[in-house]
Amino acid sequence: METKKTSLYQLHQDCNAKFVEFAGYQMPIQYSEGIVEEHKFTRNHSGIFDVSHMGQLFIYGGDELIKDLEKIFPLDLKNLKLNHSKYSFLMDKDAGIQDDLIITKIDEGFLIILNAACKDNDFKILKELLKEKYKMVLDENRSLIAIQGPKSSQILNEDVDGVKDLNFMSGNWFLFDNQKVYITRSGYTGEDGFEISIPNNFAEKLTRELINKGSKLAGLGARDTLRLEAGLCLYGHDLDKDKTPVEANLKWAISKERISKGDFIGSDIIIKQLNDGVTKIRVGIKPEGRIIAREKTRIFNQSDVHIGEITSGTFGPSVNGPVAMGYVENEFSKKNTKVFLEVRGKKYAANICSLPFYKKSYVKGVNQ
Amino acid sequence: MSEVKYSKEHEWIKLESGVATIGITKHATEMLGDIVFAELPEKGSNVEKDGTAGVVESTKAASDVYTPVSGEVVDINQEIVDDPSKINQDPENSAWFFKLKIKDKSEMDSLMNKDDYDKFAKENNT
Repeated sequence: METKKTSLYQLHQDCNAKFVEFAGYQMPIQYSEGIVEEHKFTRNHSGIFDVSHMGQLFIYGGDELIKDLEKIFPLDLKNLKLNHSKYSFLMDKDAGIQDDLIITKIDEGFLIILNAACKDNDFKILKELLKEKYKMVLDENRSLIAIQGPKSSQILNEDVDGVKDLNFMSGNWFLFDNQKVYITRSGYTGEDGFEISIPNNFAEKLTRELINKGSKLAGLGARDTLRLEAGLCLYGHDLDKDKTPVEANLKWAISKERISKGDFIGSDIIIKQLNDGVTKIRVGIKPEGRIIAREKTRIFNQSDVHIGEITSGTFGPSVNGPVAMGYVENEFSKKNTKVFLEVRGKKYAANICSLPFYKKSYVKGVNQ
Repeated sequence: MSEVKYSKEHEWIKLESGVATIGITKHATEMLGDIVFAELPEKGSNVEKDGTAGVVESTKAASDVYTPVSGEVVDINQEIVDDPSKINQDPENSAWFFKLKIKDKSEMDSLMNKDDYDKFAKENNT
């Protein structure tokens, strides 16, 4: 299959991007300044990320759709206000995570942002589960641009008046160049920021406007170091079909009201795990020295017994040290538990720590 | 006069009165991206030609550092361990990795000169 290009491909090239193939797309991993600079610029100013490879699934319907989606997602969707977003997951009957996603209530139904590598399969699954009762569009005609960092609000508001008044995890339709764009105050970097769903033909124009106002493009490399410092999971690494939301330490994202009823896919396992506990759980891991423990690094306890594995690990530019996440046996998941990481045949000391590694600065309730 | 030679693994080596200074090339640092971790051989240890003598890690991946000649490690550059970003800044000069008392000068013969290496690096841009 030929690799796809996003509508910003030419702009990426003009900005000297290094490309990688990611989920069937040619995506920029970094630009000329490099991952560390792009990361720091995002934290201190604002970075622009092309995330157009992600799926934008529009499902159209009313009250019946809400009921049907509640059979799938562990969310209190009937009380989700218009233009508000929730983080959730698509699970199988064993509560294995098939994808993690953001779902937003829009006028005509819902907008769901899906991972690039999962979106086609998600679409198939959802279509079957919803028995083709609703119009569903996995929109390839729209790009998705994220602007992240403390200056994002000021910069984006110059082009799209009113975005600065959005609350975190909420959105609305706005106009840019007479085009309808849907903007949410959200992101995946641990910074304040926005995600902009925009018709393909206008994505480059908007991005160039943002660059002219002082923002800079940042690649998937910086996106990965930013999200890991923020303690956020990456599907296919920290989350997959062999892990449940409870094991992934994401039970905060499951509606308590829905657990009491237990009528969604995977609810039996979720309820059982919430009551009985789990054998393995996702934790933050901080190596003591500078050693970087990457995905699949084995974790040992103080008696040299294998107790888990790293699922993401890198160097955190803002933390100025290595950071990692992984799954360990539950009894070793307490904060400050000393563990050992096997890197290139040697064992290095590390400590279980709370997440995030880097404190979030999301804007909450600017209107309140 | 000292001569600088280059290996296919993107190390440079400069020989001065029986002691070789070894580091990684600018081309290597450009391929690796931001280097955030460096591990060097132990002082006093012996390393064999084409064997692993260290590791560098960028934000993206880990990469072994090989020694282009055999010898005894007589010095290491602690500064690049303490601040690995120095490797990106000045890879072919102040950010050298280690120094060897070399065993066999003829091991240098199979290495490339600057022109050949530049050509090689251009053709192997991965």
